[in-house]
Amino acid sequence: MMTDLYQSQRAMRQMRRQAMQRGVVAILDVGSSKIACLVLRFDGAGRLSEDNTIGSMAGQTGFRVIGAATTRSRGVQFGEVTAMQETERAIRTALQQAQKMADIRVDHVIACFSGANPRSYGLDAQVDLEGQLVTEAEVGRVLNACDVPDYGAGREVLHAQPVNFALDNRSGLTDPRGQLGQSLAVDMHMLTVDAAAIQNIVRCIKRCDLELAGIANSAYVSGISALVEDEQELGAACIDMGGGTTSVSVFMKKHMIYADCVRMGGDHVTSDISMGLGVPAAVAERIKTFNGGVHATGADDRDLIDIGGDTGDWEHDRRTVSRAELIGIMRPRVEEILEEVRQCLDAAGFDHMPSQQIVLTGGGSQIMGLDGLASRILGQRVRLGRPLRVHGLPQSATGPGFSSAVGLSLFAAHPQDEWWDFEIPVDAYSARPFKRAVRWFRDNW
Amino acid sequence: MRPLTATRAPVIHRTKPLAGPDADFASAGSDASRPEPKLRLRGVKLFGRAARQADPAPSRLSYRFQRWMLTPGIRRGLKIGLPVLACVAAVGLFLAAEDRRMALMAYVADIKTSIQERPEFMVNLMAIDGAGTSLSEDIREVVPLDFPLSSWDLDVEQIRDTITGLDPVKSATVRIRPGGILQVDVVERQPVIVWRTRGGIELLDETGAHVDRVAARGDHAGLPLIAGKGADQHVPEALEVLATASSLGNRVRGLVRIGERRWDLVLDRGQRIMLPTDRPVRALERVLAVNEVQDLLERDVAVVDMRLGQRPTIRMNEAASEAWWNTKVTVGNGQ
Repeated sequence: MMTDLYQSQRAMRQMRRQAMQRGVVAILDVGSSKIACLVLRFDGAGRLSEDNTIGSMAGQTGFRVIGAATTRSRGVQFGEVTAMQETERAIRTALQQAQKMADIRVDHVIACFSGANPRSYGLDAQVDLEGQLVTEAEVGRVLNACDVPDYGAGREVLHAQPVNFALDNRSGLTDPRGQLGQSLAVDMHMLTVDAAAIQNIVRCIKRCDLELAGIANSAYVSGISALVEDEQELGAACIDMGGGTTSVSVFMKKHMIYADCVRMGGDHVTSDISMGLGVPAAVAERIKTFNGGVHATGADDRDLIDIGGDTGDWEHDRRTVSRAELIGIMRPRVEEILEEVRQCLDAAGFDHMPSQQIVLTGGGSQIMGLDGLASRILGQRVRLGRPLRVHGLPQSATGPGFSSAVGLSLFAAHPQDEWWDFEIPVDAYSARPFKRAVRWFRDNW
Repeated sequence: MRPLTATRAPVIHRTKPLAGPDADFASAGSDASRPEPKLRLRGVKLFGRAARQADPAPSRLSYRFQRWMLTPGIRRGLKIGLPVLACVAAVGLFLAAEDRRMALMAYVADIKTSIQERPEFMVNLMAIDGAGTSLSEDIREVVPLDFPLSSWDLDVEQIRDTITGLDPVKSATVRIRPGGILQVDVVERQPVIVWRTRGGIELLDETGAHVDRVAARGDHAGLPLIAGKGADQHVPEALEVLATASSLGNRVRGLVRIGERRWDLVLDRGQRIMLPTDRPVRALERVLAVNEVQDLLERDVAVVDMRLGQRPTIRMNEAASEAWWNTKVTVGNGQ
């Protein structure tokens, strides 16, 4: 089973390489409330600025966004595809607009999604080195020696990233290659999701005549873009409050060590408002966006909001609601979401991290006063995060709702080494030589 | 009391319209980009889609079509290939019919002629410099041009070759001078020697090239005479020999080429100096030296034979040799 995973992931890596050669790749963030598509153009390796500092773009200068489009998502609930036709149409809409803006045809797409019950596993392994030197083959061997837990049928590994290497008694190595020692140990973070969800997304993208060049979890990629470098290094949690899900990712030493998702998000707040006030979802969304909040003050009692309506009944169409009432509807739901997030973080052992920075991002994090509420529930160090700046991104796509799209473009430009980027040791292959020959051909040609 | 006229507050703030990629991003997918139709018929849209679709998604066909149109090769093909193809097709269709092709060719030929026959390009007369009257006439005869003529039709090279082909012409330059004149500059060959053959009397220049035929030797009495087969091939040598023999004055009658091999210098009184094949001038100088001292040629000598350099020989006349036989040989002191 591991070899299957290897093959599919390697095929995606191959696709990514092709896309880089062609220089154009599309980024697709399949969310529950919106589908965002960015078209990236890669123009050579990123160069540092003249004075050799990283510069204002944080070193992310290897690519440029030449097309961006967003469309209302349809057929996606809780970050999973539920109506494939609808999702396919939504993807087509976003992609067509982005292509039109970029004025170029895109064939490769890197996608991310948030739902599908991500589950994190920490794996570790230790092997005695054959020689003294740690080579790439040794790294592959130690990765392969990891004891894979039984993550259940119908689930698939989405990420498997070596997080930490230890050589003899020295731990905390990011890259042990070329060093000398006796035994090599690795800690690996593995993320599994429901296989059906991946298959649905892959199917949707295939039906749009596109090649999938990579797939990522949106908790991971929004952490990449919303957390600044020292937060990733010292330890932080990124909470991406999306439409249907709120994903949580914990970063430490620039690696994701935990990811989970709460199946609640901004759409639930909207539906609460819609139910509580008896308005259509679009109106509820509008009221939430313009007047929403989580902290009621005395002035909010006098702040009346027109609910509106077009039934023709004057009384019904002239209803108003005070902002305090609106906050009264929104706050319990937001609190519930944050409580769930708290539980996830507790499960991850976030209390024991040296630095407990929490970064709120995603479209849902724009609720006014959310940082105050979150600091009460999650801990003192909460800030609102916006995605990193990248070249050519339209101003309107720089909000926190685009942090996973931007993070995915960073991921596309600089993917982290994963398990399947290292060669499997030869003895792990199936012993049949013919199959190996065929495999060699397929890998090399 | 407030006046009833409505006052309008000035617009202080107006949001700046988006520009660049932001505008693309903001306008994509919204119906703001689609303007209201200008034409309406009783409140109903006349043109354009009757109702906006609820679903903004492109159909699979239009999606594929758009992707196809965004493919670089297709775009280039449509941008360059299609116009080129259309042009080629149009030209091809136009030229497919014989009469149109003919008409086009006639038209082109017409334009060509009208340009060629502009007065700037016309040549009206031929001027010949450096040639005598008879040669000019000859040149006009071999280059039969009826002026006026377009300078495009003149092949100057060929005219020059024709003129140079004439015997009396040493070299010629032909050019078209401004003002419509075909200028021919000729350098004539100068006759330096007269060659008498069985066929007649010819004039040769210093290289031995034929210049002209003459009826009588007397017409060119000032020029030296040579004779014999193949003499024209060795005119420079003959001239050298004659120059050496100039000290003999007008005793020299001429040079005869013997056996296409060597020269005989013929003097008056039937005297003859037979010169060797090689270095005839040296041999002649020897004879002249002897002549200087001994007055050899003044004596009754028929032939001075210098053909063998080691053994010059003299042949006397019959009368002289008889006289010599009859002479009493005096020996020693004349007794």
